[in-house]
Amino acid sequence: MPQEYKLLLKHADAKGYSNDLECYERHGGYAALRQALAIAPAGDATPQAQLRKRVLDSGLRGRGGAGFSCGLKWSFVRHPNPKPVYLICNADESEPGTFKDRQIIYKDPHQLIEGMIISCWANHVNLAYIYIRGEFTEGAKILNTALAEARAKGYLGKDILGSGHDLEIHVHRGAGAYICGEETGLIESLEGKRAYPRIKPPYFPAALGLYMCPTIVNNVETLCNVKHIVEMGAEEFAKLGTPNNTGTRLVSLSGDVKNPGYFEIETGKVTLGELIHHENFGGGLREGRTLQAVIPGGSSSKVLKAGETFKLGEDEIALLDVPYDFDTLMKIGTMSGSGAIIVIDDSRDIVECLANLAEFYAHESCGQCTPCREGALWMNKALHRMTHGEGRAEDAEYLTHIAQNIQGRTICAFGEACAWPVLSFVEKFRDEFEAKAAVKK
Amino acid sequence: MPDEAIIEEPSAIETIPVKVDGREISVPKLTPDWQGKLVPTTVLQACKHAGIEIPHYCYHPKLPVAGNCRMCLVHVGMPGRPGPDGKPPMNEDGSLKIDPMVLPYERGTPKGVIGCATNLIPGMEIYANSPETKEMREAVLESLLINHPLDCTICDQAGECKLQEYSMEHGQAESQFAEQKVHKPKAVDLGPRIILDAERCVLCTRCIRFSADIAGDDALGIVNRGSYNTIATFPGAPFDNNYTLNTADICPVGALTSKDFRFQMRVWFLKETNSLCTGCATGCNTVIGSRENKMYRQEPRENDAVNGPWMCDSGRLDYKWIGSEKRLKEVRSQNSDARSWDSVIAEIGGKLEGAAAGSVAIVASARQTNEELYLLKKLADKFEAITDSVPRNGEGDHLLVNADKNPNSNGARLIGIAGETLGANLPPIAEGIESGAITTLIVFGEDVTQHGISEALLEKLDLLIVSDIFPNATTAKAHYLLPGCAYAEKRGTFTNVKGRVQKFMKALDAPGDARAEWEFLHELVENVTGQNGFSTIEGLFNQMATEVDAFKAKELNWAALGDDGVTVDF
Repeated sequence: MPQEYKLLLKHADAKGYSNDLECYERHGGYAALRQALAIAPAGDATPQAQLRKRVLDSGLRGRGGAGFSCGLKWSFVRHPNPKPVYLICNADESEPGTFKDRQIIYKDPHQLIEGMIISCWANHVNLAYIYIRGEFTEGAKILNTALAEARAKGYLGKDILGSGHDLEIHVHRGAGAYICGEETGLIESLEGKRAYPRIKPPYFPAALGLYMCPTIVNNVETLCNVKHIVEMGAEEFAKLGTPNNTGTRLVSLSGDVKNPGYFEIETGKVTLGELIHHENFGGGLREGRTLQAVIPGGSSSKVLKAGETFKLGEDEIALLDVPYDFDTLMKIGTMSGSGAIIVIDDSRDIVECLANLAEFYAHESCGQCTPCREGALWMNKALHRMTHGEGRAEDAEYLTHIAQNIQGRTICAFGEACAWPVLSFVEKFRDEFEAKAAVKK
Repeated sequence: MPDEAIIEEPSAIETIPVKVDGREISVPKLTPDWQGKLVPTTVLQACKHAGIEIPHYCYHPKLPVAGNCRMCLVHVGMPGRPGPDGKPPMNEDGSLKIDPMVLPYERGTPKGVIGCATNLIPGMEIYANSPETKEMREAVLESLLINHPLDCTICDQAGECKLQEYSMEHGQAESQFAEQKVHKPKAVDLGPRIILDAERCVLCTRCIRFSADIAGDDALGIVNRGSYNTIATFPGAPFDNNYTLNTADICPVGALTSKDFRFQMRVWFLKETNSLCTGCATGCNTVIGSRENKMYRQEPRENDAVNGPWMCDSGRLDYKWIGSEKRLKEVRSQNSDARSWDSVIAEIGGKLEGAAAGSVAIVASARQTNEELYLLKKLADKFEAITDSVPRNGEGDHLLVNADKNPNSNGARLIGIAGETLGANLPPIAEGIESGAITTLIVFGEDVTQHGISEALLEKLDLLIVSDIFPNATTAKAHYLLPGCAYAEKRGTFTNVKGRVQKFMKALDAPGDARAEWEFLHELVENVTGQNGFSTIEGLFNQMATEVDAFKAKELNWAALGDDGVTVDF
C-alpha cells in the first residue's frame, strides 16, 4: 500500500511538537551536528571533505526545482579558497502550487538550521544567509527566534561546540518577486539590488556569487536532508527512494482532489495516480469528475494530459502509473520541479487555466532580457483576449510562436518557466484552444 | 580617460583558431575589456575580426557586459563533453567532433549563445549567418518592436537608430502582434539636458551602466517589472552630472535625446567634420554636425589615447557663441570704417618694420593653434619681443575635465611663446609699457585688461594690434583690429595636456571678413621678416615640425597626425 515516509516531516505535525529549541533537542536535535563535528581526519581527507563526499555519495538532488546533484554543486567550490565562501538557503518558496518549505520553516526551523550549520561546516562557510520569501513574515520571525536560541546554546557564533569553526546565519526577507528565487537574482537581491538574474557564464555562483565570492545556494528541503545524511550515513540514505532518485520528497498536492495537502514520500516509490487517487494522499477527484490534466512539478513544468501514455524504452507507461521521481518525469518530457502537483479536472476550462498561469508569469517577468520581457506579457494578452471571446483560429500557432522565441534564449530559466506551460497546453489541448477561438462574445 | 585604461598592444599576440561561417581564421586569444584588462576574446569580437558584425544593443566595448538584449544570439558548434577517457568525441578522421548546440531538453531545437559574453573555446564554430542565427535575430527584433511606438517620422534618432538599421538588415517587415501595445511615459524630463521617451527604450541599460560605472554617478535605474520596465531617476534627484549627454550618444534608439539637439535637425542633413573640444586641455576629439553654415551639435569622436568615446556636457554644449551676432566681422584701424585685409596687413607691416629690438611685446592665447603660435613666435624672434600667453585655471574632475581650461597650453610652452608657468611674463610686460620700454603690443584672443594690463596702460602704447573674435575692453583700444575665427571655422592643431598633437578641420565659414589667424599672420610674417613661408596649413605645420624640437623629435607631419594625433615628449 502506497504510503508516506516521514523523514523531514517526522516530527513537524506530531502532537505536542513545537518549534522551540528545547523541543527540538528533546527529539534528538543537534546530535547530527555533534556527529559531523566529531568526524576525524582520514588520511588526506579532511573531515569537511569526507562530509562533502558523503553528501555526493548519498545521491541527494536539489529540491528547489532543477534536481541537480547537491554534492556536485558543492564540489564546484574550490578549497582552500582565497575568498570567503558563502552559503545561502533559498527559502523564497513562490512557485505556484508549492507549499512545502514553509512547513519546515514554521514547524521545525531548527531542522533547517542544523542542516545549514553542518553544510556550512562542510564547505568552510563562516557566514550564511536564509533568503526567505518576503510574504513569509511569520516565518522570518520564527527563524530569527530559532537562530537566537541556537546562538545562545553555542550552535552558532564563535567556535561552535568547541570545533574552532565560526558561523553566523542571517535571515534576509525577500523583495516580493518570484524572480528573487532564481539563485543569481536572489544573490543580486541579497546584495541590495534589483533581482536581475546574472548571465552565466561568467557569473556561476560557485565562483562569482555573493559579493563576487564563491557561493552555494541550496533549497530549504535540500539543506534539511544534509542533517539526515549525516545521521543515517550516505549508504542508508541512498536506500531511500529509487536509484539516482534517492531520499524522500515533499510533495505539495493541490487542485481538484478531495484531500489536497503536503505529503512526504520516498522518491519514485509512489506513482502520480496514487498521489491523486489513493486515500493516503489526494483521495481522488470530487464526485462525478474526471481527470483532465496534471501539472506535475510546479506551474512551470509542462502539463500532462489525462489518458496520455509514454514510451519508456521498450515499455509503454500510462500517466497515472508514472513514478513520482526526477528522472521518469524528465523522460516523459516534463519535470518534478519543486514537487508541486496541480490536478485539473474536467470542470476546468483549460484555456482559462493557462491564462491564469500566463498572467502570473507576465507579472513576474523581471524584464531584464528581451524575449521574456516582451514575450511573457504578449502571451498573457493573447490568452486574455481568447478568454474574453476574441480568440482567432490562428491563436494556437501564434502562442506557440511566441513561446518558442522565449525558451532557451533568456538569461535565466524564467524563459522556460513561462514558455513551457504555453507550449505544452497548446500542444496537448489544441482542440480546446481551437474551440475557444470559435466562441465569440 | 584614466591612464590605466590605455593598454599597449602586446608585441607577440597569442591567437586562437576559430571557424566563422565555414571560414577558418585566427583571432587574438585575449582582447581588452571595457577597462582595458585583457580577457578571453568573445564570439562577437571574433566575428568582428572576420569582418562580420554581430548585431547588438546592450553590448558596448567601453561598458561592462550586460547580456540582456539578446540581439547578439548566435548559433555555434561546440566540441562534445569529454568521455570517461578524458577525451572529447572525435570524428572518424581523428579531428575534433563539433556539434551544433541544441536545447538540452529539446534536442531538435538549435540553441544560441550571446556573442557578447561567450568566450571562444578551441574548435568552436560560429554560424554567424546561418538560418538558425537569422531566425533568433528576427525573433528578438520582433519582440523589441511589438511595444515600440514606430514613430520614426518624429524621432530624432531616425537615421542613426539601431532599431531601424537592424530591422532593415535582420528583421522582418511584418509582425504577428495582434494586441494592444504597452504605453509608457513620454517626454520625461530626466534632468537638465536629457529627455526620455520610455516607449522607444529597449532597456539595454547602457545609460545606467555608463552613469554608474563611467561617470561615477549611480543616478539611473529601472522601475516596474517586465514589459512595464522604465528607466528612471530617484524621485526628486535629476540626472545632472557633467556627462549625461553621453547617454544620448550611446542610447542605440531614440529613448534618450539631448534637449539641445532634439527637433533641431534631421541627422542625415548634417555635414560631419572632425574637430576638437577647446573647453580644456584634455582635447576631447569631436565630430561637428553642421548644415548650411550652422552648427547643430558636437559629439565625441572615439580616441582611446584621449577621451575614449566620451566627452563632458559643458564642453559639448560650449559652441553656441560661434554663431553669435556679436562676433567681430570687420577689419578696422583706429577711428576708421571697415578696411580691407590687404591694406591693413601692409600698413601694420610697415609700422612694425621700424620697431626697435625689445620694444615689442606679444600676448598670445593658449586657445590659439600651434600654427598661429608658431607664426607669432616668428614675429617675436624678429623683434626680440617678450611674449606670454594667459593662463586659465579651473577645476578638473576624475574623468575628462582638466583644471587647465586652455586647449593649447602645452603648444604655447613647446613653441616658446610661454614659459613653464603661463602668465609669468605678464607683469614684466605691464611694467615695460609703464616704463615706456615697450611701445608696441600685439594681443591675440585675450582681453589683457583682465590680466594686469589696464586700459590706461594700453593707451600709452604707440601701436596696439589686436586680433579677437568678440569685442572687449582690449579690442576697444586697438589701433588695428583683426577679426579671427572660432575653432570650427578653421584648421589647425593643438597640443593637449598629455602632449598629444591633434588636428581639427573646418566645419563652418567665418562671419563677414573674419579670417583664420594663421592666414593673415602668415602674410604679416612674410611682410615683416621677408621669409617666404608656406601658405597652406599642411605646409605650415610641416615647416613648424622641423623647427620645434618636440615635434622634430617625433618627425611629425600633417598627414602623419591622422585622425587621432601623435603624442610628443615635453
